[in-house]
Amino acid sequence: MGLFTELKDSISRATDRLFSEQEPKRIGIYGPPNAGKTTLANRIARDWTGDAVGAESHIPHETRRARRKEDVEIERNGKTVTIDIVDTPGVTTKVDYEEFTDEMDKDDAVRRSREATEGVAEAMHWLREDVDGVIYVLDSAEDPITQVNTMLIGIIESRDLPVLIFANKIDLDESSVKRIEDAFPQHKTVPLSAKEGENMDEVYDNIAEYFG
Amino acid sequence: MPEATGTDDIDGVQIDLISGQRMDGMASMEKIRMILDGVHDGNIVILEEGLTPDEESKLIEVTMAEISPDEFNGIEIETYPKSGPSDSSLLGRIMGNDESTAKLTVIGPANQIETLHKDETLISALVSRN
Repeated sequence: MGLFTELKDSISRATDRLFSEQEPKRIGIYGPPNAGKTTLANRIARDWTGDAVGAESHIPHETRRARRKEDVEIERNGKTVTIDIVDTPGVTTKVDYEEFTDEMDKDDAVRRSREATEGVAEAMHWLREDVDGVIYVLDSAEDPITQVNTMLIGIIESRDLPVLIFANKIDLDESSVKRIEDAFPQHKTVPLSAKEGENMDEVYDNIAEYFG
Repeated sequence: MPEATGTDDIDGVQIDLISGQRMDGMASMEKIRMILDGVHDGNIVILEEGLTPDEESKLIEVTMAEISPDEFNGIEIETYPKSGPSDSSLLGRIMGNDESTAKLTVIGPANQIETLHKDETLISALVSRN
């Protein structure tokens, strides 16, 4: 085979890969610690695959490694959207092991904090390199205007990634979805309770629309 | 960052106000190193023009790598919110027209600085010696 033919075939294969049926999009679930990211990831995974993604806990930084659930097929209006969901550790700019010493001894707290810092770094790395879209989960009972939220939304926007904001924990009395909508008016906000399974139809409609 | 001189016997907190001009000629990692070196020394670092989103992402990543129990808990960082929804186009960013980086940014050690109040025009922080 001549050099020209080889080159042509090589370009053709590359083009085919680029424009053929893509791999499932990797959708990163991001947000601050304790927003309910893993509860959401588990809810989505259980609804569509029957399996869970990871352990949930009220103690911050329960998720200390990014975890991917592959080939989650979501059916909406007769069509199937296949995505990989990536549950990521909560992002923060500080970790103090003393946060955990009420719940565990010092050695475990130090280990947990070290793993948490590695997890945050890993989450940032995924965001820069490896996700195709973002579900940003916020606890709707908390003030959304924090530096971490502002910075992360800015980072996501700078990478031109499609993003949906999920106002989680609407089952709580203090929940305010409007506070989140007002904080980030440039993005679609979807209210839900991942724990109670409230409003999941709208959640899946939006996932299919934004990431399908 | 040149060392401040004659401060050893003064019980206070050093504040470094860094101009946009000084940051202009620096690579991303140089900026991050300068910020974190200052914060490790217990200083409050104020950037006239802030960091790009990519630099903020790397700052979080490097900060996490440097957290050490009983020594360094990380950083507190505050910037003014952007003055409106992000509507800058990709072309605008390529052409350097993105104004999102020109935002005053305050960074300090997490165990020494606490944000008391923040809105679109005011950041009020409490800084302690330790």
